[in-house]
Amino acid sequence: MDDFEISVTVNGRLYKRRIEPRLLLSDFIRHGLGLTGTHVGCENGVCGACTILLDGLATRSCCTLAVQADGRRIETVESLGRANNLNPLQRAFWQMHGLQCGYCTPGMLMLMTELLRENPNPDRETIRLRLNDNICRCTGYEDIVNSVERAVELMREDKAVR
Amino acid sequence: MAQVGKIHSPPAGRQKERPDQKLNVIGTRMLRKEDPRFLAGRGRYIDDIALAGMAHAAVLRSPHAHARIRSIDKGAAQALPGVLAVLTGEDAAAETDPLPCFANPPVVQRCIAVGKVRHVGEAVALVVAESRYIAEDAVALIKVAYEPLPAVSDMMDAINSRGDAVLHPERGPDNVAEHRNYLFGPVEEEFARAVHVVKRRLRWSRSGAQPLETAGAVASFDEGSGKFTISVNGSMYNYIGFTIATALKVPSHQVNLVPVDAGGSFGSKLFLHKVAVLAALGSRAAGVPVKYIEDRIDNITSCDNHGSDRIYDVELALDADHKMTALRYRVVDDYGAYFQYGLGTHGNGFSQTVGPYKIRAVGAEIYAVFTNKCQQGACRGFGSEVTNFMIERIVDAAVAELGLDPIAFRRDNFIQPDEFPYQIPTGNLYDSGNYPGALDMALQMLGYDDWRAKQQAARTEGRYIGIGIASCQEKGVFSATEFWMLNRVPGFALTSSPESASIKIDPTGKAVVSLHAPCWGNSPETVAAMVLAEQLGMDPADISITYADTDHGLPGTGPGGSRYTVMVTGAVTGAAAIIKEKLRRVASHMLEAGPQDLEFRAGKIGVKGAPGLEVTIAEVAMQAHFFRLSLPDDPDLTSGLEASYTYDHPLATLPKSDSDFGIFYPIMGHMCHMPVVEVDVKTGQVNFLDYVAVHDCGTMINPMTVDGHVRGGTAQGIGTALLERFHYDAKGQLLNTSFQDYLIPRIAELPSKIRIGHIVTPSPYTEYGVKGAGEGGRMVAPPAVVCAIEDALRPLGVEIDTVPVTPARLRALIREAEAKKRAR
Repeated sequence: MDDFEISVTVNGRLYKRRIEPRLLLSDFIRHGLGLTGTHVGCENGVCGACTILLDGLATRSCCTLAVQADGRRIETVESLGRANNLNPLQRAFWQMHGLQCGYCTPGMLMLMTELLRENPNPDRETIRLRLNDNICRCTGYEDIVNSVERAVELMREDKAVR
Repeated sequence: MAQVGKIHSPPAGRQKERPDQKLNVIGTRMLRKEDPRFLAGRGRYIDDIALAGMAHAAVLRSPHAHARIRSIDKGAAQALPGVLAVLTGEDAAAETDPLPCFANPPVVQRCIAVGKVRHVGEAVALVVAESRYIAEDAVALIKVAYEPLPAVSDMMDAINSRGDAVLHPERGPDNVAEHRNYLFGPVEEEFARAVHVVKRRLRWSRSGAQPLETAGAVASFDEGSGKFTISVNGSMYNYIGFTIATALKVPSHQVNLVPVDAGGSFGSKLFLHKVAVLAALGSRAAGVPVKYIEDRIDNITSCDNHGSDRIYDVELALDADHKMTALRYRVVDDYGAYFQYGLGTHGNGFSQTVGPYKIRAVGAEIYAVFTNKCQQGACRGFGSEVTNFMIERIVDAAVAELGLDPIAFRRDNFIQPDEFPYQIPTGNLYDSGNYPGALDMALQMLGYDDWRAKQQAARTEGRYIGIGIASCQEKGVFSATEFWMLNRVPGFALTSSPESASIKIDPTGKAVVSLHAPCWGNSPETVAAMVLAEQLGMDPADISITYADTDHGLPGTGPGGSRYTVMVTGAVTGAAAIIKEKLRRVASHMLEAGPQDLEFRAGKIGVKGAPGLEVTIAEVAMQAHFFRLSLPDDPDLTSGLEASYTYDHPLATLPKSDSDFGIFYPIMGHMCHMPVVEVDVKTGQVNFLDYVAVHDCGTMINPMTVDGHVRGGTAQGIGTALLERFHYDAKGQLLNTSFQDYLIPRIAELPSKIRIGHIVTPSPYTEYGVKGAGEGGRMVAPPAVVCAIEDALRPLGVEIDTVPVTPARLRALIREAEAKKRAR
């Protein structure tokens, strides 16, 4: 198979790579770029562990070809806060026990990043409705909902400080 | 035969840290140490490992449930550019021995099938290639000629299978893997005396843990030393990891197993042997490091860890006062194609086979059968979740048949708080508990009477609301001694199930704790840091945690059987005691005071009655590490400050006989769940209106993470009750091999809030009185939810004996009930 050259902006950095057309975006991100924060759970687009933002939209990277990302902008979990400097959403997950094994977490964070950009003040039902896109096997989701509600508060506090 | 009831001279325990002391760190809602790396996408899971020159493996899997392999043509696959090795079962068998099996006699399972495939998805060939993509291309080029054999899918048929339908003819003429009859107490006499006998047939369908991360391994074989280094996301490597070396036909010191973060397990990664052996085999053949990660189809069809799959015929004997006296059951359990843990999932249930009730005798006839399915392994509860379902279903049946009050009936039959430690008919001991207290708390939290009133009102509007009740046990801390009595001839009659911790305090007073089992999402780092912080008055931020591989590991059984927090707490406490002794001796020279006159203050050691006369742990650590000549010439005062401790099971005794297993699983948690559901009778949809969960796991190290386990376990239990089932058809084809049709609960299928209450009855046998909490939710939610659905549909007379109760299944039951009504 002939390789294609793509240029993709991932977390603000431009990457040019020659890739096979069949390469999945999840494999490109994880193994091509070494950004292993994005996880693969079901490989069917069902669980959402592989969720990234493609031009700002939450997207299943396991069901997307890397060539489809050519010329576009990707955000992964690595674009959020660092471990020693978590962003409000990550901090809220930490405070409210919104994760256990951590495997679905990057997908959840990206899905909720999209939601909070759209709607910085979602109510509980709105959060639940959006969370229905992804699967978590550890938490039973309730603490994730609590985390997102907490994130709304933390983001408001952060703004007030500024 | 075990004496049933309160034990008046209970066995002495080894508890050093009493539960009733004032605690500073234990019991607080400390944020987890593991989380920042996970939140930043910096966890280190198995597929995150990339080694220089690493190749990738893919597996060709059987499309047949049962077939002879006539021939394999791997020529085209081998010729594909980028392919490094193609291995068939025969190639693998030349290099490996069968995989570990704990049944006796063992059932031979090969990492790649030899001669015959026994279930859909069984490995037929392994390809190693430069990329996973090429490896999968090559898999598609392998040509296999199969000769299909009769497939066994129905477990009842399996008992009478003959000829070519027999999976393991070398073990006997049928597909009965094991048939045992256990009598604990005077079962026949109790049933002869019974005034009421309630009977039911129950069906618990096969489901599985299905963590979001599959199983995998990265292996590299070093030709120079002849040694394998294998990273794998399994556990128990510091317990029985040497059996992987046996499978690879090398001495155990030639395999180093390296732990990684696991993306969930729930039992299913308890002991991952196959992926480790496949990756290692591939690495030795290809001469490069090899990664093998199961994809979801690999995992669903061949993870070796499907859950229990049982049909029970159960009978409960009651006396004239409606006291439960005896329980008797015949159970057929479909173990699939292999039998790695033997009857382990039934032995587990024997630890709590009377539930929280004063049942005096238990009879169990067990048929374990082989069918052409993926074999069973561990799934949150290890079989005891099914025991709980069986007990609570027969209790509900008694309530319905005899017209009893579900609350009063349970209460009247409970073991009472003053009757502990309590011995049950199997010989196991319940260390402590307060079952009426948990029931009362749940009733009060739920507003039980209010819900009953709402239920009545709703019925007049044609709405079907139901309240479920389940009071169940959560056995904690397995001892493995029950395995003796499960094999006809005890195989390897072990009595150890230890856990270790190593602590090193560096010259600046910071601590590193090494654990000897992996992180599964169960916050072992947080637990270890909290216990050490409690012990030494340190700041938990000054403690970091590492995980020892098998080259450096001490005995560690690992998470499983709701044991890890209890055991890590014991191990860290033991190691800290050694550290404290040395700190005291060194400080005594620094402070020129007798060791007996010193006390530990927050992060310091000081002279009793002399505030301010003290040294910090950091000062003592510096002294211990670098100033040997300032200390007396005592051979015990070696330089440095480190300790290791191996904590053995807190309370276990030798098994006595087939009718008295001794004490093997005594740290007894308890839970009472009360869900309120509304059933839409037109669609069969079940919606949760409320959910109360009261748990008792003794002293809680971290209430936040306990609540997380309760919620998550309950969610899985609801999945088991309502959705999850591996659907094999009559020919042994697995019809749902992806998450599109194997349904895992999403948020919409679950209660929006699970209201949690805690009863605390500390264990008298463990450090600080901690009990297990990891499995409880899944061990109680299925009977609680089914009870609620049945209660909702009481006006229709629907009886539920099968899980999962999918909407389609529920609609069928409702249709049947309505037809019956019309016919009347």
